[in-house]
Amino acid sequence: MTASRESILSTLRKHSVPETELPDLQLPELTQQWITYPDPSQQFSDMLASIKGLCLQVKDIEEVNQRLAELPVYQESNNICSLIPDCGQPTVNVNQITDPHDLENIDFAILPGEFCVAENGATWITNDGGPLRTLYFLSQHVALVVPASEVVPHMHAAYQRLSFENPSFGTFMAGPSKTADIEQSLVIGAHGARSLTVFLVEESF
Amino acid sequence: MPSHPKLAAEFIKDKDRAHWHDQSLWFVRSKRDKAVQQLPEWELLREQASKIKSYVVSHLPDLLEEFEKNAKAKGVHVHWARDAKEHNEIVHGILERHQVKRVVKSKSMLTEECHLNPYLERYGIEIVDTDLGEWIVQLQDKPPSHIVMPAIHIKKEEIGELFHEKLGTEKGATDPQYLTESARQRLRQKFIEADAGITGVNFAIAETGGFVVCTNEGNADLGTSLNKLHIACMGIEKLIPRANDLGVFLRLLARSATGQPITTYSSHFHGPAPEGELHIVLLDNGRSEIAGSDEFRRSLNCIRCGACMNTCPVYRRSGGYSYSNTVPGPIGSILGPAHDTKANASLPFACSLCGSCTDVCPVKIDLHHQLLTWRKQIRLKGLLPLSKRLSMKMLSWMMQAPRLYQFVGKTARRIVPYLPRFLVYNRFNAWGKQRELPDMPKQSFREWMKQNHDRK
Repeated sequence: MTASRESILSTLRKHSVPETELPDLQLPELTQQWITYPDPSQQFSDMLASIKGLCLQVKDIEEVNQRLAELPVYQESNNICSLIPDCGQPTVNVNQITDPHDLENIDFAILPGEFCVAENGATWITNDGGPLRTLYFLSQHVALVVPASEVVPHMHAAYQRLSFENPSFGTFMAGPSKTADIEQSLVIGAHGARSLTVFLVEESF
Repeated sequence: MPSHPKLAAEFIKDKDRAHWHDQSLWFVRSKRDKAVQQLPEWELLREQASKIKSYVVSHLPDLLEEFEKNAKAKGVHVHWARDAKEHNEIVHGILERHQVKRVVKSKSMLTEECHLNPYLERYGIEIVDTDLGEWIVQLQDKPPSHIVMPAIHIKKEEIGELFHEKLGTEKGATDPQYLTESARQRLRQKFIEADAGITGVNFAIAETGGFVVCTNEGNADLGTSLNKLHIACMGIEKLIPRANDLGVFLRLLARSATGQPITTYSSHFHGPAPEGELHIVLLDNGRSEIAGSDEFRRSLNCIRCGACMNTCPVYRRSGGYSYSNTVPGPIGSILGPAHDTKANASLPFACSLCGSCTDVCPVKIDLHHQLLTWRKQIRLKGLLPLSKRLSMKMLSWMMQAPRLYQFVGKTARRIVPYLPRFLVYNRFNAWGKQRELPDMPKQSFREWMKQNHDRK
């Protein structure tokens, strides 16, 4: 195996490839060109709607609970879990779970999101990589709860906030899971969540 | 290997299907245009992406070492494979050590390139492609016909029939919603039962030792979050220098591919999950040779969005299988001959040089120029078929003899309109297939010039 490593690297090194420069993405000439939005939260909400997700802008966790109760998919869910204190009416306590397979029957998961991106309707989520990571993907329906102040305009601003110094897992979730693999017909609910609701909460929680 | 024209001729025999295929892909191209028009800085993004990728190719060995060092520091096992065989052996070795019997795989054109599935199956390992399109073609025992939409060539009636046979769904069912739901149920079982997850890699970050996998279905995330063992397979050209570069690439990728603002899931893996194991296999398989070629180096910029296929008039009308290469379409017609010139000698000619691929490419690969360069190289290597060699030679000879040229032109203008059809439209005249030749003009341009201008 080290032989292959050396062979690949030495093949690459024997070529004389003209040096080119790496662009500085922080240059004002570039950053001034990136799109901005007068109301990033509204833009986020519109984008999320366009990719079949739902954004609800609310005052506090109490209002999250009210709006959740109005959601048909929430009403129909039996196995509900929540990682946000006082949020939703969880019927399953997932904190003791060590094997992610035990989360197979979760209908609705209420989970934290870190920040949202206005240009594309994506929400950044992180997880320590423990068994609960799978909740974001295995649950039938997912709601993300995000502070309303945490909306960035575009992906460049998103990466300004992220650092990957330590082992970590994170993903941009943009709407419910989907596929158009059968004759380009859009079907919501491929393998992951069948619905994604993002709550932008004004007051801290 | 049968040539592109031969396989394309098979495809277009069914006129309705060829038309439907063309329209399906054009629909995707139109969605791309709409998404792109919403970003005023689109061209600026393309330029940055192209510069970043050129930098990567010119610093590849250093960046690979940096990536390896940083990935290892986060507890990742890094493997190097010179070719497909070594890649498959490495993957099998890891699975064997963990006594894995069932694997779920998210879409990876690289494992298609290596024919990983049949290799693992020989050792009694069940491997399931979990991307819906890729699973459909796996059930058919066929390769993908498109790198982003593997089953774009299959009609829903055929998928309904296939699912009825393999999954026991209702006979005659064609509703995509119903068929997708059936697949979801079945594949959920596969996810739950699996012992390991294999994914491809969209971008690997040298600076952090992490990598990003993009899917719409969530299959890569299910396959990896349910299992302790994750193997990620990537080509060495998938590197980018910095995490910030992802801002550029994630803005370009999904918009170019399907017209979405971003894929549903863009997952960033840095190190294994606690108690888990993460392996990365770095594959060369001819890429390091392409890096040394001044003409074709830029083809390594490719981020596999598929935009060049969706827009290509030849791909749309001839289908992915007519290329008989893992990656079809314009980019495949460059990468194919680089890997095996003889087997893929017809691909650079499956192109009208219209340049549409170059216009849409998010990393600014000069695709149609490279295709033209390949034609020259194939000629120099003596791999042109006799029909092309002969006709080119005759044409060149005639072009160099003005009197002969005038004579042939004049005769043709007089005689051709009176010739019986079979003499004009036959197997020697490729231009007369499926189309009528234009009417012969009354006079040549030279004659017209003489008449109208030379007298003054």
